[in-house]
Amino acid sequence: MNALVARLVAKRLGIMLISLLIIAFAVFFATELLPGDVAEILLGQSATPEAVAGLRKAMNLDQPAFLRFLSWLGGLLTGDLGRSYANNREVADLLAGRLANSLELAFVTTLFSVPIALTLGITAAMFRGSTYDRFVSVFTVSVISIPEFMVATLAVLIFAVYLKWLPALSVANDVQGIGELLRIYAMPVITLSFVVSAQMIRMTRAAVIDTLDTAYVEMALLKGASRRRIVLRHALPNALGPIVNAMALSLSYLLGGVIIVETIFNYPGVAKLMVDAVSTRDLPLIQSCAMIFCVSYLLLILIADLVAILANPRLRNQ
Amino acid sequence: MTMTAPARKGHFGFNMNAVGIIGAAIILFWMVVAIAAPWISPYPVGQIVDFDYYGPISSQFWFGTDYLGRDMLSRVLMGARYTVGISLASVTIACFVGVTLGMIAAVIGGWFDAILSRFLDALNSIPSLMFGLVVVAAVGSSISVLVLTIAVLYAPGSYRFARALAVNVNAMDFVTVARARGEGTIYTIREEIFPNIIGPVLADFGLRFVFIVLLLSGLSFLGLGVQPPNADWGALVRENIGGLSFGAPAVIVPSIAIASLTISVNMLIDNLPRRIRDKSE
Repeated sequence: MNALVARLVAKRLGIMLISLLIIAFAVFFATELLPGDVAEILLGQSATPEAVAGLRKAMNLDQPAFLRFLSWLGGLLTGDLGRSYANNREVADLLAGRLANSLELAFVTTLFSVPIALTLGITAAMFRGSTYDRFVSVFTVSVISIPEFMVATLAVLIFAVYLKWLPALSVANDVQGIGELLRIYAMPVITLSFVVSAQMIRMTRAAVIDTLDTAYVEMALLKGASRRRIVLRHALPNALGPIVNAMALSLSYLLGGVIIVETIFNYPGVAKLMVDAVSTRDLPLIQSCAMIFCVSYLLLILIADLVAILANPRLRNQ
Repeated sequence: MTMTAPARKGHFGFNMNAVGIIGAAIILFWMVVAIAAPWISPYPVGQIVDFDYYGPISSQFWFGTDYLGRDMLSRVLMGARYTVGISLASVTIACFVGVTLGMIAAVIGGWFDAILSRFLDALNSIPSLMFGLVVVAAVGSSISVLVLTIAVLYAPGSYRFARALAVNVNAMDFVTVARARGEGTIYTIREEIFPNIIGPVLADFGLRFVFIVLLLSGLSFLGLGVQPPNADWGALVRENIGGLSFGAPAVIVPSIAIASLTISVNMLIDNLPRRIRDKSE
């Protein structure tokens, strides 16, 4: 049994590696196809033909694209991400602090949204068809079908403009004390939690309701168990797999949301770094940020897959 | 157990409830606006008509004025053209390519199916907004680039959906009969598979349209979508975000426009006639 699981895990890992390779390929060539010569752009005013040729040689731009792709890939694997075009600093140095900031944001958001989403999703499934359930459904559909920046805009309007509880921007420079820290995180976390938990609530509700339709739940109903007992003791344990799966998938949604949220609140994370890099056309930085996003996305999907396999013995026989 | 009342037939052979009809009406409204925008705008789109910027809602300017003093109503009406137009074009390309390839993969199977599925799954695992950022950084932003990028991003999902449906239909007896009759692949796809998956595919088309509207608005909001002086709804929010701190209508109105479109598509799909919806589950 364990050997079987191990083989499935190995297979998933293999698929992930292949996907990663394809993504790396796509990211590299999408950014390399840039019109205009990088060396020329970098030199700007002082772009004499000799200087351009020299710089091209120094940056290995005179080699074929495929060779450069291989050396870039090798660099990625050994942790050498190259140098930023814009300020000639090591990309790895630029990324380190930003990555920590983004991870903190994601962590705090997860801490907030998962318990809330679980509670709302399970209770909505418990009282399926009630006014409460309908209210939750309308709420989640509304949040899912409006753009993230609108959630952020509404949050600013409500909490910063009308209630004046929180600052509209998060400036992480002078943090003094835990209260200050909470105020800085509040707006981005509120926005992201809204966006992410809407997805989670929907999927959790669907997962629990799926198990509620099974024969053993009907059996529990017939023997006279209370609704609470049916949902919590009979349905929920069987829905756990799909629920954790849903969590991982929703959290991967964080990655898209974080780009907008970091931009709108000026939060110094990886996504903000990437958006800024796009405006200065700083290719090595864009490539590295893109790879970070794709790797974390794939990791979350992998976790979702693995949890699904572990939670449901029937999936192991595929 | 409650008995369901027998369905009353409506004008189109099936009935739809009020929520679905409202959704459809709002979608239709924005489509008409997108087509007729230049003729129904009260002011020229680019013209500064008010000395006051971030003007309030008034009888002269129904939706207030923007950060330069341009009429917001005209800009929102014109923005519908970009938001609805680009999204519709992308979703059409994405679904056409995705559904066609999906049906072919399901019918042919074998190596073709395996390789295509793997490749498109890998494409599917790129976060869409991020991919948009990379492409726009590489080739700049124009409407054709936007349409193609978004179409590439959403074709794999459509492929996956259509393939899963087509595989099921492909296993049915009438398809086997058609094959035994000696019908070719193209005939099988066109006459046997497609008519049987069209309902769910249309529902999927709508959902994908919503995602695309959101992605496009997100890109424009980041300044990477529709470029000035033109503006879709996302770009309108971006332009006027400075008015947020005092709640200017210029930043709220385009947001409401986006929400009204996406929510009404959701309303329509959730309340589609049972005949179509049942097949999609």
